[in-house]
Amino acid sequence: MEQIKFSEQTLALVNRIIKRYPEGKQKSALLPVLHLAQAEFNGWLSAPVMDYVASLLSIKPVEVYEVASFYSMYNLKPVGTCLIEVCQTGPCWLRGADDIVEHLKNRLNINVGETTSDGMFTLKTVECLGSCGTAPMLQIGAKYHEDLTNEKVDDILEKMRSENKRSSYMR
Amino acid sequence: MGKKFLLEHVNVPGIETLPVYQSKGGYASVEKALKTMTPDQLIEEVKFSDLRGRGGAGFPTGLKWSFMDRKSDKPRYLVVNADESEPGTFKDRYLMEKLPHLLIEGMIVSCFALGAKSGYIYIRGEYMYIVRILEKAIDEAYQAGLLGKNILGTDFSLDLYVHPGAGAYICGEETALLESLEGKRGNPRLKPPFPAIAGLYACPTVVNNVESIAAVPTIINITADKYNDVGIGKSSGTKLISASGHINKPGIYEIELGLPVEEFIYSDEYCGGIWKGRKLKAVVAGGSSVPILPANLILKTAKGEPRLMTYESLADGGFVSGTMLGSGGFIVMDETACIVRNLWTFARFYHHESCGQCSPCREGTGWMEKVLHRIEHGHGHMEDIDLLVSVAKKIEGNTICPLGDAAAWPVASAIRHFREEFEYHVKYPEKVKDPKHFEKEPFVSEGMLVNG
Repeated sequence: MEQIKFSEQTLALVNRIIKRYPEGKQKSALLPVLHLAQAEFNGWLSAPVMDYVASLLSIKPVEVYEVASFYSMYNLKPVGTCLIEVCQTGPCWLRGADDIVEHLKNRLNINVGETTSDGMFTLKTVECLGSCGTAPMLQIGAKYHEDLTNEKVDDILEKMRSENKRSSYMR
Repeated sequence: MGKKFLLEHVNVPGIETLPVYQSKGGYASVEKALKTMTPDQLIEEVKFSDLRGRGGAGFPTGLKWSFMDRKSDKPRYLVVNADESEPGTFKDRYLMEKLPHLLIEGMIVSCFALGAKSGYIYIRGEYMYIVRILEKAIDEAYQAGLLGKNILGTDFSLDLYVHPGAGAYICGEETALLESLEGKRGNPRLKPPFPAIAGLYACPTVVNNVESIAAVPTIINITADKYNDVGIGKSSGTKLISASGHINKPGIYEIELGLPVEEFIYSDEYCGGIWKGRKLKAVVAGGSSVPILPANLILKTAKGEPRLMTYESLADGGFVSGTMLGSGGFIVMDETACIVRNLWTFARFYHHESCGQCSPCREGTGWMEKVLHRIEHGHGHMEDIDLLVSVAKKIEGNTICPLGDAAAWPVASAIRHFREEFEYHVKYPEKVKDPKHFEKEPFVSEGMLVNG
């Protein structure tokens, strides 16, 4: 089995992040480090990855599990190369988010929560992403796509397919 | 044009960089505060400005600062709450993206006033691209000697850090935020002790919203007196309003507190009126957690006076005929909007975001979502409407943090003002099965004024 270990570059960043907090309070680095782990290890947090993070921060694995399962940005199951998160709350709904979700379901031939058979796309609906003035919107990795129309959505899918790069909040 | 304290230079090319920001007078308040004022004077100045917390609760900022345990020999912290996640609220995102140095400037002055040597910006994780903008601006400030040891040659030293969350609305509640910053689940703490006594790492801590801290440089630069001149009564200064929904010009607007609501909705300077030439039906004025008001009550108070964009005027009538300024998340609905469906999206949000610590919130938000789902999808019963009111009442005031209230208030107010629309859903299940039912045949509750 392949050993789980951050790249040298990421490890250096982890150490810099830990120093942002007072001595002995390294657990504070948990959320930022989990973001890095998810980005580096295929877009999700497996139990061995979380154990590794626990060892880096000198905390118990259960402390990582309980945090990872609480926050919606951490994936505890594998996701497609491109994770599409569509906001569906109040203002986005008022401006047509439901239509965008329907269009995505039809285009990708999957339901919300599912991944396309080629492993390229996972479709997820999320609660407010703070983009209400530019609704409807979706997020892929760190990028917001706003003022969506069905045509814009098609262009985004095409671009993601051609790039074929794993989406991550860190990029 | 109204006074602009925060966004005056927002459209200047390169304003997010230090040289351009300084060329427009940026960091003048740091020079003034650190070299000519004492922490006590600064706290008094902010108190006298009547600045109220811009995150939603509206608690006086200076008073909050004065609660800081300054006798403690523990480190003190300033934590900026940038976990903006309430539906309808997107102002802090704009402020941080466009004017990162304004926030940093405000933090330096605030930390000096509070005696804090470290400050954290806790930002919602989804805003990861803004994390980079802030970190870049912080690096620039360090290089210019505005952060780090002996700022501007004074005895004051300060370190600032950005800390991303990971997708949990509850972390906008200040004690949940502190738990999260300590690397835990975002479960709100029982209060007291309040953060000013035992906050981050059990040390004295002040948690302030982004917009509150961004207002501090102006108060110091122009003095509290002049800041107070803008606005009405205890609603002083300017406020960012994030406008969304069925309007011609959604976006962020800086208004002088006291602007008539009607002018905000209909004038070209702000929202530009209702889109597609439709009529106004309802408004959620301060983020999804505040009571929804029908058109007649958002434009005028129950006494018939013009409703103003102030903490007091919006609250006029209490929760019977008024609402709250809250975070300034202004969501507008036209005549085709279905109140029940909108409320269901809010209920779904609160159910999803409840941390699950208190039973009334954990169970109650789920109940409300389920009942609203069945009414909206044509499976409701008349008694469901009172059931919703009953569940909302049982949540309100019975939870550790205000998320329970935030979930309950929109339900109670929507049924109070739009009960006939809920009844319509129960009476005509076939009609409401189509999610766009009111786009084809708008529904107007009896007695509700729709303005053209």
